[in-house]
Amino acid sequence: MSALVEFRDVGVDYARRGGIVSAVQNVSLTLEENETFGLVGESGCGKTTLSMALMGLLPASARVTGQLMFRGEDLFAMSESEHRRLRGDEVSMVFQDPATSLDATFGIGYQVAETVRAHRQVSRRESKARALELLREVGIPAAESRYSDPPHRLSGGMRQRVVMAAALANDPSLLLADEPTTALDVTIQAQVLDLLAALQRKHGTTILLIAHDLGVVAQICDRVGVMYAGQLVEVAPVGELFAAPRHPYTRALLDALPSRGRRGRALRVIGGQVPDLSHPPAGCRFADRCPHRMDVCATVPPLATSGAERQIACWLDPATRATAGLAPLPDSPTPNPAVPVGDPS
Amino acid sequence: MTDQASTVNDHDGAPLLEVEGLVKRFPIRRGLFGSGSVHAVEGVDLHIRPGEVLSLVGESGSGKSTLGACVTGMSKPTAGRIRFAGEDVALASRRGRAQFRRRVQPVFQDPRSSLDPRWPIERTIREPLDAYRVGSPADRTARVAELMDLVGLPRHLSARQPRQLSRGQQQRVAIAAALALGPELLVADEPVSALDVSVQAQILNLLDELRNRLKLALLFIAHDLSVVEHLSDRVAVMYLGRIVETGPVERIFASPEHPYTRALIDAIPHADPGRKMSRIRLTGEIPSPVNPPSGCRFHPRCPVAIEQCRTVDPPQTHFDQTHSAACHVAAAGLAQRTSTISALSKGATS
Repeated sequence: MSALVEFRDVGVDYARRGGIVSAVQNVSLTLEENETFGLVGESGCGKTTLSMALMGLLPASARVTGQLMFRGEDLFAMSESEHRRLRGDEVSMVFQDPATSLDATFGIGYQVAETVRAHRQVSRRESKARALELLREVGIPAAESRYSDPPHRLSGGMRQRVVMAAALANDPSLLLADEPTTALDVTIQAQVLDLLAALQRKHGTTILLIAHDLGVVAQICDRVGVMYAGQLVEVAPVGELFAAPRHPYTRALLDALPSRGRRGRALRVIGGQVPDLSHPPAGCRFADRCPHRMDVCATVPPLATSGAERQIACWLDPATRATAGLAPLPDSPTPNPAVPVGDPS
Repeated sequence: MTDQASTVNDHDGAPLLEVEGLVKRFPIRRGLFGSGSVHAVEGVDLHIRPGEVLSLVGESGSGKSTLGACVTGMSKPTAGRIRFAGEDVALASRRGRAQFRRRVQPVFQDPRSSLDPRWPIERTIREPLDAYRVGSPADRTARVAELMDLVGLPRHLSARQPRQLSRGQQQRVAIAAALALGPELLVADEPVSALDVSVQAQILNLLDELRNRLKLALLFIAHDLSVVEHLSDRVAVMYLGRIVETGPVERIFASPEHPYTRALIDAIPHADPGRKMSRIRLTGEIPSPVNPPSGCRFHPRCPVAIEQCRTVDPPQTHFDQTHSAACHVAAAGLAQRTSTISALSKGATS
C-alpha cells in the first residue's frame, strides 16, 4: 500500500465575530490507496471540516496550518485553479442529502452526462452512453426510461445512487462520502453500503467515509479514526478498534451504544459537555469529561504510532508516553470499563 | 362520563390505549382531473397497557408517524376507533377531549422545532400548567422545579433560552413540558434520532427511568432497531399502513415470523465488524401508498412470496397469545408445525 492522502499536523481555525474557533487541531493521518477509511465522532468534532479541507471547500473565514499532501503535492500550497483541476480529476464527494447535490429542474441522466462532459472532451452522444452505463452500475433500474426523470420522481435511496453515479464520472481515486446513508431507511442504507463496498472493490477507489453511526463504519471500513472536539484521538484497523479500544473516549462512545447485551440496563453516559471550541481547553480536549484525568492531560498528548497500524493520543497509553519520553504508568493502561464515566448532566 | 375516565384505567392489565381498525387517508389531486388518496394507515389494531413501551417500526412511508399523530389527536382518523382508558376519544365531549389531551402527550424528533426559541425554558415547561390552570401560580412554580429535577435539568438553567442549551438539554426541556400535566402515555416520534450517540444514551436512560418511576406508557416511533430493542416491551412492525407483525421484543428480534421484519433486523449495521450484515438484501423500495400493491402489500419485495400473496391480503395469524403476523408463508409454516406436532402426539398416544 502507498499513501494517497497525508494530513501532516493539520489545523483549521474559523474566524468568527466572537473570536477564533479551533475546529481541527494537530491532525496527522494517512489514507492509503485502495482502502476504506472511516472517520467517526459526534457533531462538531471536526470530521466534516477535515473533508472540506481535502475538497478545498473551506469557507473564506478558515485558516489552515500544516500540510495536506495528495500524491505528494501539498493542497494547501496550491492555487485555487490547481486545486480545482486536481479535485476534478481525482476526488469526488457524496453528501448526506442527495437533494442538495442534484439540480431539481434537470433530468437525472442529463446531470450525470454533464458531469462526464465536465471531465472529458466527449460528444453529447458519448456522454449520454457513459451516463447510462454509470446509472446502471449504481443500480438504477430501467436507467434508459428514467434518464429524463427529474430528481423528485426518485426516492431518497435512488437519488443517492444518482449522486454516486455522478461522483464516479471522473473515475476518482478518492471518494469522500459524508454521512451518505444517514438520511436513508435501514434497508436502503444496507443497499447503498453494499454498493459503496462493491464500487470500492471494482475500481480500487480510496473511500473516506464520514459517519456518526459506528455500525455503518464497522460494516464497510478497513480502518477507523476517532475524532473528539477537533483532535484525532485514535486510529486503528476496524476489528481492533471495536474489540480493543484504547482511548477513553472511544471506549465511552462504544459503551453508549444500545446493544443486545445491554437490554434492561442503563446505557453508559459521558458526563459533561463537548467543550466550546472558541475557548478550547489546553491539552487533551476530552480531559474534562475523562474519568482518568491526570495533571499531564493539560498538555496536548502527541498522536503516537503504536505497532504498524495504530495511532493513539492519550497520556494513559504507553505509546503516547514513549513518544513524549515518559515512562509507562505503573498500572497502565486498562482502566476498568465498569466504572461509569462521570455523571449525566 | 369524563369524571369516570380517571378510574377506568385502574383495572390491572386493562389496556390504556386501544386502537381498532384505524384508517387515515389524505386526499391528493393528481394532474388536472385526477384525484386519489394516500392510504397512510389502513386498518390498524393495537393496544398499550399502562406503563408499557410499545415501539412502532418501519421504513419512511410506512405510516408510523401518521398513526402516532392520530393517537395524540393531532390528526383526525378517516375511520376506526381510538379508546383511551376505555373511552372512545371521538365520542368524548369537549371536556373529555381536553382531558384526553392532558393524558396523552407528544414528544418530537427535533427539540429545536418544538420549543419556542424566544421563551426561557422555565416558561416552556410552565405553559401547559398555565393553559390548564393547574393549581395556584405558586404551585406551578414549584411544579416546574420538580419537573426540571425529574428530567435531570439543573435548576440554574431555568432562565436560559433553548439556543443556550445543548441538544440533549433541549430534548429534556421538551420532555419536561410533555410531562407537566402528568400524562399516562407519551407518544415519542423519533425522539433520539437527531442526537449524537452519547446524548442519545442519556435520553434513552431518561425515558427508561421515567417509565419506571412514573409508570408512564410509551408509544415509541423509531427507525433505529437497536434503540427499539433496548427500550421496548413490545414491537409492532408497520409496512405501507398495515401492522405486519407484533409481539414481545425478544420474540420479534429472536424469531420474527414476517419476512419484512426479518429483513429489517438483518439490515441493522452492528457496531461489531465480526458480525457483518446479512447478505440477504431486501431489494427495491417501499411502494407508493397512493397505489398499494394487491394482496399482501409486501409481495413485490418479498423473497419468499407465493402465488397467493399476489391476490389475497393475508389476515393476522396468531403464533401465540402475544405474537401475531400477517403472512401467508408464515401461517403455512405454523399450520405445518401444528400438524406435525399433532401427528407426533397421536403417534405417541396410540
